[in-house]
Amino acid sequence: MEKVMVKGTEAIGEAAIRAGCRHFFGYPITPQSELPEYMSKRLPEVGGVFLQTESEVATVNMLYGAACTGTRVMTSTSSPGFSLMMEGVSYMACAQLPAVFVNVVRGGPGLGDIQPAQGDYWQATKGGGHGDYKLIVLAPSTVQEAVDLTVLAFDLADKYRTPTLILADGLLGQMMEPVTFPEFRDLSTLPDHSSWAMTGAKDREPHIITSFDIDPYILEKMNLELVEKYKEIEKNEVRWEEFMTEDAEIVITAFGTVARIAKSVVEMARKDGIKVGLFRPITVWPYPYEPLKKLTEKVDLFFDVEMNMGQMLEDVKLAIGDKKPVAFYSRMGGVVPTPTEIYEALKKEIGRRV
Amino acid sequence: MRKLLYKMPESLSGKEFTYCPGCHHGIVHRLVAEVIDELGIREKTLVVAPIGCSVFAYQFFNMDGTIAAHGRAPAVATGMKRARPDLYVFTYQGDGDLAAIGTAEIMHAANRGEKITTIFINNAIYGMTGGQMAPTTLLGMKTTTTPYGRDAQKDGYPMHMCEFLKEAKGVAYLARTKVTTPQDVEKTKKAIKKAFLAQIKGIGFGMVEVLSTCPTNWGMDPISAMKWLEEKMVPEYPLGIFVDKVGDEK
Ligand SMILES: Cc1ncc(C[n+]2csc(CCOP(=O)(O)OP(=O)(O)O)c2C)c(N)n1
Ligand code: SF4
Ligand SMILES: [Mg+2]
Repeated sequence: MEKVMVKGTEAIGEAAIRAGCRHFFGYPITPQSELPEYMSKRLPEVGGVFLQTESEVATVNMLYGAACTGTRVMTSTSSPGFSLMMEGVSYMACAQLPAVFVNVVRGGPGLGDIQPAQGDYWQATKGGGHGDYKLIVLAPSTVQEAVDLTVLAFDLADKYRTPTLILADGLLGQMMEPVTFPEFRDLSTLPDHSSWAMTGAKDREPHIITSFDIDPYILEKMNLELVEKYKEIEKNEVRWEEFMTEDAEIVITAFGTVARIAKSVVEMARKDGIKVGLFRPITVWPYPYEPLKKLTEKVDLFFDVEMNMGQMLEDVKLAIGDKKPVAFYSRMGGVVPTPTEIYEALKKEIGRRV
Repeated sequence: MRKLLYKMPESLSGKEFTYCPGCHHGIVHRLVAEVIDELGIREKTLVVAPIGCSVFAYQFFNMDGTIAAHGRAPAVATGMKRARPDLYVFTYQGDGDLAAIGTAEIMHAANRGEKITTIFINNAIYGMTGGQMAPTTLLGMKTTTTPYGRDAQKDGYPMHMCEFLKEAKGVAYLARTKVTTPQDVEKTKKAIKKAFLAQIKGIGFGMVEVLSTCPTNWGMDPISAMKWLEEKMVPEYPLGIFVDKVGDEK
């Protein structure tokens, strides 16, 4: 298959179309506006619908509506925009509506800035909206992986009838890389949602889709159904990558674009004879606790690197417990750490421990 | 000879309404159901219920349905209609839902000329949450959050949604009605039919605002509530057809 050079945001858009997505609703926000721009040009070419909405609040509710009909639908936004969508995301999780969200995370909190960051990890993986729900959250670290995970996001959203999030950042969004796109999905092969979707109650009982029941015992049943589903997802869908961990004495934990920077750090350290490896969660929910925990058997030190105040760090510590020490290095506010500075910090950490 | 004079519309599920005695929500539900029956579109119609006393509308109508987040029904309906332009979609919303929290969504859906229909119940109050001020609450009117009466200086003025929306180019049909007399009921039904025809004919957005009672939160018996509506609400909210691009039937 032919490789083409594309920007991360546009690659996600093209991948979505190839995955059979024909509906995109979105509101402009830097650093992801190239994605809606791409969709506004591309979707009409394939008979799809692009709509620029009046707000992210409207956006998520349009996704809700489109998803009710059983169609593949997506949006993309950046941090403040995703915050505005939280009520609707919670509704969709409870109503069991499949849809794909992309959050190209920028510096925060508040208005923050428009540089790459990872400060929305908690929002993505621990809730964000109200009530007991989870999103499947995929964290690509290359443009090719963004393509592959976009396709996977649609399949998982449909399979589990749940909103799915691609947690990217401005660096990945703006980066140009060669990628191979998948073939166009034949729309007639998309999952059949006729058992629940709102398509008109012809020769059948009405289909009702809600995130509501006034009776607490029934709502609790709905909650338990979600809990069961989340257990299934935790069982089946954990994905991660290990890089040079076989003989590693030190393992860097990182996700998204920081993980690709960390790969360079691993290589720098290896040249100096320090046995460093990398553990990179691909699904940040469900989190790969078990495989990470397994590494504690042979690794002496874990070194978590993030572009936030230590959000995934909590999950790393949950996996590792008090079995081994976990150190942490981060930059925030949209500052991207260089391989050299991470390596220096790592060496300092090693020095402190010998 | 026996003649059938009354029958439950097929578009109603038959589930007993949960509305208070004298509440107009029920009358309007029935009218909407009759119109959908007469247009023969029940099997192709999706209902988007709001958050408010009519949150259960999805149970009362006999068709595919959902509940939108508070105020967002026009956005939900937009998503549905854009995904399935071959289906008919209507939202049913209260005045808190449509004229306060959901103002942006209704304005933009109307302005885009979304081919959806909106039934707007203006009862000048937040019914479901227990009688707080609505954007449509009349000046001087006492509610649980305007215990001294609505004061324009502090609380602003009653919102006239039809008057705002009539300027939107995407609107194909727009009317304000009431259901206090049999004649008004007939007129409201005609208006609802036109608001659906605006969608069916693909002309644009259609909405009917129905001035309605909330005896419970107005603190009145049903008869006094009807009188109050006539005497106080109608002068503030003049009835009429604001936009009609649908033309006459047939
Ligand atoms: C985001 C959000 N804010 C507030 C509420 C609480 N709430 C429920 S119904 C309602 C007011 C409904 O009033 P209206 O739309 O006038 O409908 P009515 O009950 O009068 O028919 C409010 C404020 C909510 N459910 N969601
Ligand atoms: S509280 Fe008011 S609006 Fe709600 S059902 Fe009762 S009368 Fe109707
Ligand atoms: Mg009201």
